[in-house]
Amino acid sequence: MAARRKITLDRRKVVARILKDRGDLLLVTGLGAPTWDAAAVEDHPNNFYLWGGMGGAVLTGLGLALAQPKRRVLVMTGDGEMLMGVGGLATVAVQKPSNLAICIIDNQRYGETGMQETHTAHGVDLPAMAAGAGFQTTATVYTMKELNEAVPVLYEQSGPVFVDVKVSDAPQPMTLPPRDGPTLKHRFRENLLGQI
Amino acid sequence: MDISQQIVESLARNNVEFVTTVPCKQLGGVIEGVEAHPDIMHVPSNKEDEGMGLCAGAWMGGKRPCIIMQNTALGVTVNTLATLIQYYQMPLPMLISYRGELGERVACQVEMAVHTKALLDQLTIQTYHFHQPSDVEEMDTILNHTFMSRKPTAILTDSNFWGGY
Repeated sequence: MAARRKITLDRRKVVARILKDRGDLLLVTGLGAPTWDAAAVEDHPNNFYLWGGMGGAVLTGLGLALAQPKRRVLVMTGDGEMLMGVGGLATVAVQKPSNLAICIIDNQRYGETGMQETHTAHGVDLPAMAAGAGFQTTATVYTMKELNEAVPVLYEQSGPVFVDVKVSDAPQPMTLPPRDGPTLKHRFRENLLGQI
Repeated sequence: MDISQQIVESLARNNVEFVTTVPCKQLGGVIEGVEAHPDIMHVPSNKEDEGMGLCAGAWMGGKRPCIIMQNTALGVTVNTLATLIQYYQMPLPMLISYRGELGERVACQVEMAVHTKALLDQLTIQTYHFHQPSDVEEMDTILNHTFMSRKPTAILTDSNFWGGY
């Protein structure tokens, strides 16, 4: 288990910092708070928000990264969502997608169901699990300085990369993106693929 | 050409470029065929709900997907099927080995077989049942229909179709 340090980072500031450098990034967000965080920064046609499919964000990102090998793909999801599909890290590691980055916004809570503790609150080390699966690049971030160092890793380092950002569990206002599934799908695909 | 190869050729002919699989003895020939095919990307997964996510991502990236799985997997994919594939109206052919039908030797497999069609019906998933080897001739039409309708489609392939256990 990893050494535990004081958690102070504000999740909205973390996500805003990461997305400031997004360029032509394709972003997949896991259901719940990471989707609200991304929407709070900016509703963008290159965002694919998951409203369901709990545990499926990383795999959706992998499918997208394999289908679009020339584009950088970032999956931003929560610790609870990641834990529910943690076996998928093995599938990612075997495929070795060089264009895929995974960033966990880890508040150690299940935010959508009443802030119950997840296993990361008890020391479960997601980057160590990713490393065990075969990820060559993993990091845990506790401070803005460490985040600034991790952002180029998310965008530029040959993937797959895995960064776990420890954030405060302080509540944030809910900022909802569009919720109609086919609309979100068409918007993303048309922006990426042209008229389809 | 054997029926496994006919299925692989039909997938390729219909521009299915991304196939995810979980191992199955009956579907072994198809899985080997997609692995070997130069126009098809084959991504093995650990569990079929991983496969649902993979297929959703591939479709978002512009590739026609297909998942190859056993009917027992319906039990683990219901949530991702409903809240990912169906919520976003994505097309997805599901080529399914229909274990637990006549000729089955593992009694436990029957427990999911008796729920298979009821589950698919409850999920309003278009379902086709291949029982005779000649049923494979419908593959092209089913794939075309799947991508036209932007919905998941189940193709149940039973033991008789594969020539027995």
